[in-house]
Amino acid sequence: MTRKIIKAAPKKTTMKKAIPSDIDTQAGYVRIEDAPLLPPPPSEVGVTGWLYKNIFASMSDFGSIPAALKSVFVAVSTLFILYFLITQISGLLDFAIFSAVWSDPEGLKRQACWTVEQGGALPNGWHAACWPFIEAKAKFIFYGAYPNDDLWRVNLTYALGGFMLAWVMIERLPYRKIVGILLLTVYPVMATVLLTGGAFSISTGTIGGATILGLALITIGRLGKAGYVSGAFGDLALVAGVCGWLVILFAAVLAVFAIDFDLEAIDTRDWGGLLITLVVAITGIVASLPLGILLALGRRSEMPVARFLCTVFIEFWRGVPLITVLFMASVMLPLFMPEGVNFDMLLRALIGVTLFSAAYMAEVVRGGLQAIDKGQYEGADAVGLSYWQSMRLIILPQALTHVIPGIVNTFIGLFKDTALVSIVGIFDLLGAAQSTLADAAWSTPVQGLTGYLVVAVIFFVFCFGMSRYSMFMERKLNRSHKS
Amino acid sequence: MAQPQNTAEQSVDQKTIVSMRNVNKWFGQFHVLRDINLSVDKGERIVVCGPSGSGKSTLIRCLNRLEKHQDGDIFVHGIELNNDVKNIDEIRREVGMVFQHFNLFPHLSILENCMLAPIWVRKTPRAEAEEIAMHFLTRVKIPEQASKYPGQLSGGQQQRVAIARALCMQPQLMLFDEPTSALDPEMIKEVLDTMVELADDGMTMICVTHEMGFARRVADRVIFMDEGQIVEQNEPEAFFNNPQSDRTKLFLSQILGH
Repeated sequence: MTRKIIKAAPKKTTMKKAIPSDIDTQAGYVRIEDAPLLPPPPSEVGVTGWLYKNIFASMSDFGSIPAALKSVFVAVSTLFILYFLITQISGLLDFAIFSAVWSDPEGLKRQACWTVEQGGALPNGWHAACWPFIEAKAKFIFYGAYPNDDLWRVNLTYALGGFMLAWVMIERLPYRKIVGILLLTVYPVMATVLLTGGAFSISTGTIGGATILGLALITIGRLGKAGYVSGAFGDLALVAGVCGWLVILFAAVLAVFAIDFDLEAIDTRDWGGLLITLVVAITGIVASLPLGILLALGRRSEMPVARFLCTVFIEFWRGVPLITVLFMASVMLPLFMPEGVNFDMLLRALIGVTLFSAAYMAEVVRGGLQAIDKGQYEGADAVGLSYWQSMRLIILPQALTHVIPGIVNTFIGLFKDTALVSIVGIFDLLGAAQSTLADAAWSTPVQGLTGYLVVAVIFFVFCFGMSRYSMFMERKLNRSHKS
Repeated sequence: MAQPQNTAEQSVDQKTIVSMRNVNKWFGQFHVLRDINLSVDKGERIVVCGPSGSGKSTLIRCLNRLEKHQDGDIFVHGIELNNDVKNIDEIRREVGMVFQHFNLFPHLSILENCMLAPIWVRKTPRAEAEEIAMHFLTRVKIPEQASKYPGQLSGGQQQRVAIARALCMQPQLMLFDEPTSALDPEMIKEVLDTMVELADDGMTMICVTHEMGFARRVADRVIFMDEGQIVEQNEPEAFFNNPQSDRTKLFLSQILGH
């Protein structure tokens, strides 16, 4: 097979190797035979290739003095970092595992983790984790003051949530959409009832009133749809119809909350530890994303009032520190409430955290919306999609994919910020762990380190998990629109 | 009821698909469309040409409200284009548009791109929408690419998908906004061939394009615009061989001269 390549301008460096130099100066060139396809050199493939590309490529150039200096510098710093890592990791492993005290069979408590000098049995200079302390305090660190007899309710909530979440995340399973919807609608209600005990004192009048209001709004919506409401009010009627369904849903939730399931009521003041951290973080994450999306759309809306309100909201919540928000929620809010009306402290903190992170989320999502080409909006308009259809089907799927790193950043930030609720007297994971340190029965020099290590590991596991899952999602969603 | 002028008027109405009367539009201070009067009959193929910045794209983008005109009346398919969202939605259902940069939805497959509007706007059942989509993908000769994503296709193929996507709504009128301007030379022909076939099937088309060969071959009328005004319009033979206005002559000499 012959192929013609007419050389336009001789490229000195690349051409010299490929063709004999005597035709380098000729104006035309015809390739008679194809150049052979050769296997790659060993530095490109296999284990050698990997080692070369990832480690040795940066330190094997000794061609000139500066290059050699650079190679030596890279080699030395690589060795130094390796040494540092090995000593640190071995130190950590020694502290947490090899030298640690694992059990306290005689019930000595603090003496189990004392050295001879301190009055115990361990050799002088011993410095490692005291796990019996964590074992003794595990219940408090994980559940706070939640009654022992009712811990099954928390565990059941975890198990249900974990099961449904895993179902949604595993792609091979059927009915993932339905499970996902249940997870976002039914599960929160169930979790609330299980954790608090339900049977809130909600009057039948409130529930009935909400139901009647909802039905009335739905009727208005139906009339609007059938064309009985004229002009600009027609659209308002449709909105009323949608609101009606929401009100009905709200009434249904209230009704469930009012039912007495014969569970002991457990005040949120008794909740604590990891339970609080998860409740605050998950509620915040789940509620702040849709709220943030709505705020971002509002801020980019062509309606001046919506745009103004959303901008004010975002700038206000971004402009105050979360600690201030929490203090306001715990101290100031009750002052504005009428006498006798008392919002649950945890609920107040939840709302504060959610609105706070929704403002951040809104700006992340807005960044994604702005990255979408104007042509996408026009393409969606031109085929006749309505505003909400084009947002839901065209714009948001692309915008959110672009900003997954930013969204997960906000999620992780929110997860870690839950530790701040301890300043308003709610014992989150860190707060609970810290309060166990005050127990003189376990007072040892390593008590604090052990406790903080546990807290750090738990935080890390959750945050790293979110990070990895987001990277998986990024890869998966990218595959669909990159060649 | 059966008065003669009444029926005459109705038949005119049914024949006319686009009518623009004294349309003016400004971008800020810039008067981009000046006193546009245009009427397009069903089945007519119109080519709009003119130097860049002359308002040709703005003109056709006003027909499906991608741009809003500030003055004058526009009727499309007998519906007035005004601020009423219902009218806009109704018109967009009947008007297909093909863009210079395709504007396919990159996160959806070719098939999904084509099924989207029929399903969500026309409420066509899924199976039927898929049938329609495959029918038009076959017509633009790329049914085998249906499961791929836009990013995996060449420019010419993407533009043909864009044409199929617009056709899936079975529009009464197709607008083409410089459909070949972003394409490599070897891909222009495949898109033009598709457009010629469409024209031969009797589709009403308004094309903004610089492809004068295409204009000669399919257009019933060529409209020349400059500085926001319609300067000259005529049948292609007369337009190319015997332009009347100096500006038209200058423009034609510039694009045909090289």
